[in-house]
Amino acid sequence: MYVAVKGGEQAIDNAHALMRKQRRGDTKLAELTVAQIQAQLPLAVDRVMNEGSVYDPELAALALKQASGDAVEAIFLLRAYRTTLPRFGYSEALDTEAMQIERRISGTFKELPGGQILGATYDYTHRLLDFALLAEGEAAQAAREPASSEPLEPCPRVLELLNQEGLIERSRNEGEQDQTPRDLTREPVTYPAERTVRLQNLVRGDEGFLLALSYASMRGYGDSHPFAGELRTGRVSVALVPEELGFAVEIGDMLLTECEMVNQFHGSATEPPQFTRGYGVALGRSERKAMSVALVERALRADELGEMVAYPTQDQEFVLSHTDCVSANGFVSHLKLPHYVDFQSELEMIRRLRREQQTSTQQTDAEQNDV
Amino acid sequence: MSEVATGYNFAYLDEQSKRMIRRALLKAVAIPGFQVPFGGREMPLPHGWGTGGMQVTASVIGQQDTLKVIDQGADDTTNAVSIRRFFARTAGVATTEETAAADLIQTRHRIPETPLRNGQILIYQVPTPEPLRFIEPRDSETIKMHALREYGAMQVKLYEDVARFGHIATSYDYPVMVNRRYMMSPSPIPKFDNPKMDRMPALQLFGAGFEKRIYAVPPYTQVTSLDFDDHPFEVQSWEESCAICAAQDSFLDEVITDDAGSRMFVCSDTDYCRQRVAQQEANP
Repeated sequence: MYVAVKGGEQAIDNAHALMRKQRRGDTKLAELTVAQIQAQLPLAVDRVMNEGSVYDPELAALALKQASGDAVEAIFLLRAYRTTLPRFGYSEALDTEAMQIERRISGTFKELPGGQILGATYDYTHRLLDFALLAEGEAAQAAREPASSEPLEPCPRVLELLNQEGLIERSRNEGEQDQTPRDLTREPVTYPAERTVRLQNLVRGDEGFLLALSYASMRGYGDSHPFAGELRTGRVSVALVPEELGFAVEIGDMLLTECEMVNQFHGSATEPPQFTRGYGVALGRSERKAMSVALVERALRADELGEMVAYPTQDQEFVLSHTDCVSANGFVSHLKLPHYVDFQSELEMIRRLRREQQTSTQQTDAEQNDV
Repeated sequence: MSEVATGYNFAYLDEQSKRMIRRALLKAVAIPGFQVPFGGREMPLPHGWGTGGMQVTASVIGQQDTLKVIDQGADDTTNAVSIRRFFARTAGVATTEETAAADLIQTRHRIPETPLRNGQILIYQVPTPEPLRFIEPRDSETIKMHALREYGAMQVKLYEDVARFGHIATSYDYPVMVNRRYMMSPSPIPKFDNPKMDRMPALQLFGAGFEKRIYAVPPYTQVTSLDFDDHPFEVQSWEESCAICAAQDSFLDEVITDDAGSRMFVCSDTDYCRQRVAQQEANP
């Protein structure tokens, strides 16, 4: 006699206990602390903060620990926490021109006011495994401390230099006010989406997906001819105007990476040929992300610039509906849930179709034999 | 495991979010079958696992309500257990497996076999709220098609089935017309369940979490499955009856019982099956 499988509750509890055990791993090894993750895996932490949409390195590190290092699971944990946080208010727009720069490069000008600052980067490293790290020896220390005591020169934006000559579109028109962006976590996105919503969506979008889309746009699936006008990383102060005070108060600072891409534009009936901008910003040290956002962001402006929308990267609904790794992961993984009923319906259908086909072939054969 | 979680609002969502969702629900009830966009919140469960249905349940559930949660018709499938537990923990409400005893029933992929009564609310988890999605992937287009009641494309798709196979080959998530105005996805329930939606005395609410859409069918509203005059809508039937309760009128799941491929058929609605067995034992 068949007995329907019972005990879902017990199974779930056991599965969770097993998962905790697996996460801890070999107990002869010291347990990883959240502080260690935060300090020694900062790039992983930055990714979780970006897509988790919360600037909190400690919570992001905790999420990574809890998720056994699975970035998407960690992002999900942070998101589910974020959604319960009350909104105290919205900060003033960040002034990234006043950034305390730790790295700043331009692919368009060799010399520029403020200079190029290489900072800390994996670029130009030879990707050779460093077996000294395996032996748990100290990695070669930085030969000398960077000359941090020198005051930094002002670093005007590279693209503003082009703007003085009128060679690039303005980031804002004469007298144009700041727009208060809609919060896409509170309101549903409707299409066509305005630029502020698109940028918000991209900044919390999956890094791998955006990287692949921007790659495609540079390989011919998109009319993109980009230059990295400027890439800068550093601390920016955050200010808020409390309602009861009426003036801005600095409430802290955050580490950001900002990228401005310069793209060709052939001009239209009303606009002369000029360069256009693609903008990307990301929390922490996230150059790959900031560049991908800038490239995809520019591709998504095709419609408003009067370019032909011919490739997926230029298609708002295609891109913006599929950037979110939490949604994507949820929907793909939901296939693990039971679909007994739907599958049973399909089984019944396909058996019927095959039976009908068989009878009709037999009939045709019989008719042919009669002739 | 049923101790009530502290530190969260009743039924997890904050009251502001619930109010926003209730407003969307009221609009949805006022325009049967119309998809109302809402500010879907991120839930602590993945998208596609019932976050839309959970947000609707969280917004309409009260302390006195009794909740039933089913997945594939069964109360004991892992995701149904998980969602039922979620509300037992965050709302401290009573739960039941008995269809007739429930005030709210959250479901994935089935409508209970026991007829629902007025006053009950059936809450569907919906993955893809747009019935035209696989014909036209863009929202900006489907919105216009609904506004213009331009549903020819779906009729053509169904006609193509008839031309190829001799009958319509959609077996679940079978499109319906609500109140003769809006085309609606009934969610991936088998078409076997479609007739139960028509003039159902209970209120039917639909929540799609990551698509951020809510829609509704008020009690006693006409819901018709699309078909043609010469190819009327029909539901699945089985030659077998349930191996446990011998029901011939319920949706049957096929269960493979050994590695030689032996099969048996049992009710997908576990509560219905159990009620029938209890009845048979009481009146042998």
